[in-house]
Amino acid sequence: MSLLLAQDPTLADFGQDPWWLVLGKIVFAFAFGLLATLLGVWFERRVVGYMQVRPGPNQVGPFGLLQTLADGLKMAFKEDILPKAADKVVYFFAPTISVICAVTALSVVPFGPMVSIFGHHTPLQVTDVPVAVLLLLACSSMGVYGIVLGGWASGSTYPLLGGLRSSAQMISYEVAMGLSIVAVFMTAGTMSTSGIVAKQAHGTELSIFGQTIPAPGWYAILLLPSFVIFFIATVGETNRAPFDLPEAESELVAGFMTEYSSLKFALFMLSEYVAMVTMSAVTTTLFLGGWRAPWPITLWEGANSGWWPMLWFFGKVIALVFVFVWLRGTLPRLRYDQFMRLGWKVLLPINLVWILVLSGLRSIEDWDSRGKLIAVGIPAGILLIATILWPSRRPKTKPTTQEQVDNRPYGSFPLPPMDLQVPPSPRITRVVAEREPANIVAGSDSREV
Amino acid sequence: MTTSTVLAAAGSVSGGEAVTFWILAPLALLGGIGMVAARNAVHSALWLVLTMLCLGVFYVLQAGPFIGMVQIIVYTGAIMMLFLFVLMLVGRDSTDSLIETLRGQRVAALVLGVGFAGLVGTGVFQALEKTTAVGLEQVNAEGNVQGIARLLFTKYVFAFELTSALLITAAVGAMVLAHIERRKQDKIDQPSTMRARFAPGNYPGPKPGPGVFATSSSVATPARLPDGRLTDRSTPAILPQRELTAEETSLKGTNN
Repeated sequence: MSLLLAQDPTLADFGQDPWWLVLGKIVFAFAFGLLATLLGVWFERRVVGYMQVRPGPNQVGPFGLLQTLADGLKMAFKEDILPKAADKVVYFFAPTISVICAVTALSVVPFGPMVSIFGHHTPLQVTDVPVAVLLLLACSSMGVYGIVLGGWASGSTYPLLGGLRSSAQMISYEVAMGLSIVAVFMTAGTMSTSGIVAKQAHGTELSIFGQTIPAPGWYAILLLPSFVIFFIATVGETNRAPFDLPEAESELVAGFMTEYSSLKFALFMLSEYVAMVTMSAVTTTLFLGGWRAPWPITLWEGANSGWWPMLWFFGKVIALVFVFVWLRGTLPRLRYDQFMRLGWKVLLPINLVWILVLSGLRSIEDWDSRGKLIAVGIPAGILLIATILWPSRRPKTKPTTQEQVDNRPYGSFPLPPMDLQVPPSPRITRVVAEREPANIVAGSDSREV
Repeated sequence: MTTSTVLAAAGSVSGGEAVTFWILAPLALLGGIGMVAARNAVHSALWLVLTMLCLGVFYVLQAGPFIGMVQIIVYTGAIMMLFLFVLMLVGRDSTDSLIETLRGQRVAALVLGVGFAGLVGTGVFQALEKTTAVGLEQVNAEGNVQGIARLLFTKYVFAFELTSALLITAAVGAMVLAHIERRKQDKIDQPSTMRARFAPGNYPGPKPGPGVFATSSSVATPARLPDGRLTDRSTPAILPQRELTAEETSLKGTNN
């Protein structure tokens, strides 16, 4: 066990590398982002194709793997259009801001434990700071600038609307996201990503009424509401379907990137996919145990040491990217007001109540079992009684067609009943014989015409 | 030794810190000057963002990683974004005019600003030249975030809560001022709209178009009902109804 624990990097292990190792790690993280985009686009198109019962890209390279590369090369040779009304400098910088922010976030993601590279004992992570998760939040909040400025600098209406939508959307969902991370901070007691992964190694020992129950280590299970809200907010934050309102094709053409073409457009695409992969990696780190192997694999002793954990990490990331694609293939886009209501009126209050409950549970951790029973039982009892005694609204009984007709004031125009059902086709045999005729009143209203 | 303590050991300036400072300090100044000098409001905001980002990095350099990150998230990420939001709604062509409303205002502002900066700079420099910073290691002993949390939730909890109450009051005040009261009965849903449409006294069909006849092409000419009467509903309410003369209303024959 001590051997396994030694694999966990601590904050003191960072900042000890020679320059070539640091450079190598940075290049690796950057290449990971680019490669993830190349394969991610292919993966998304294949999976969505499978879900829609069509092959998807399958011509270029084995299984169509090189399709994205071919598209990227073609995109590089397209004409770079600069609209006349565009603000030239900002128009140029907007895609770069997006990409830089998306890639920078990868620098604090732990890919694996301590490994030995050419004799150097070093963690598989570019760097870690005591506030690493805040750095992730900062990157995602700065990434909004790329979209907003791109929309503004294009100098036309649809991009501007897309940019405005996206700024409102990202600010709203960042609040929900930040609050769900608070629960992780409270449980882990640290903000460094490697520290959070280390804390998820072993389940905390819950002692309920004198019995010690080992709880699972993953925060996705331990803090399920936070995990669900975080993932929903992540989808909102990365502008992915069903929350892709800034680039809603049916309303805004292509949103903030309507006027972009060639490599600048490619940069926006790149940043979107890198952000998706980064957010999956962050979710894995914060809630799914990071690079640690899930249960059946841990039966093998060496699962969490050496280079193997990178495999588990990539497996979890790919699974989450699949969920992103799955959501896109399944759910229709939300309307803007529904989307905002979900963010502010559902996710935020649930999050606040959950944090309150969690901090309450944590503060009574040291009490004796009788005190715990009282502290948990009284609020739970009040909640139960309130639920039982809450006045339920009885649905009004629907008036029959005849009553509807009778209730109409004199002089009304004849109108079909509110619950008019389409009569069945005369060609099919009628099963229901005693159906009320729909237009029962046609004769009696003739005086008003 | 963690990263933060490496960056800012008390009293001495490490090489990396100095290099970062001398790269970012001119950038921060440039951002400040650019913010004042830029004609376009959005460009101004972007220069300010540059300055704020530099400040965030400075905080991190000064062994305050938490406040540095919060500076970037809150000020740059949220507050400046709201600024941009408003500026973009104002319109992209709104640039400052070059005409001075007060004569000599710019020169006076420049002189006063530079003078004030000089005074503050020399004052701070004189006061702190011989001082050595102490106590950084002690306050960051158990971690920067933990140290801030301990102070914030023990010694300064009252001030902290008061500040948040002030902010919430401001937010609620703004909402009250901007809120338009809509009573429940003012909101008409689809079924009641339909019921009102078919209620007695209201004609549910579309209004007839104005009577544009061969004799008159005015939209103020009322249309005719099938029984020959004129209908008021065909003309807009704000237009005076045009009186047709007897000659105009009489039928025009073809053979006399």
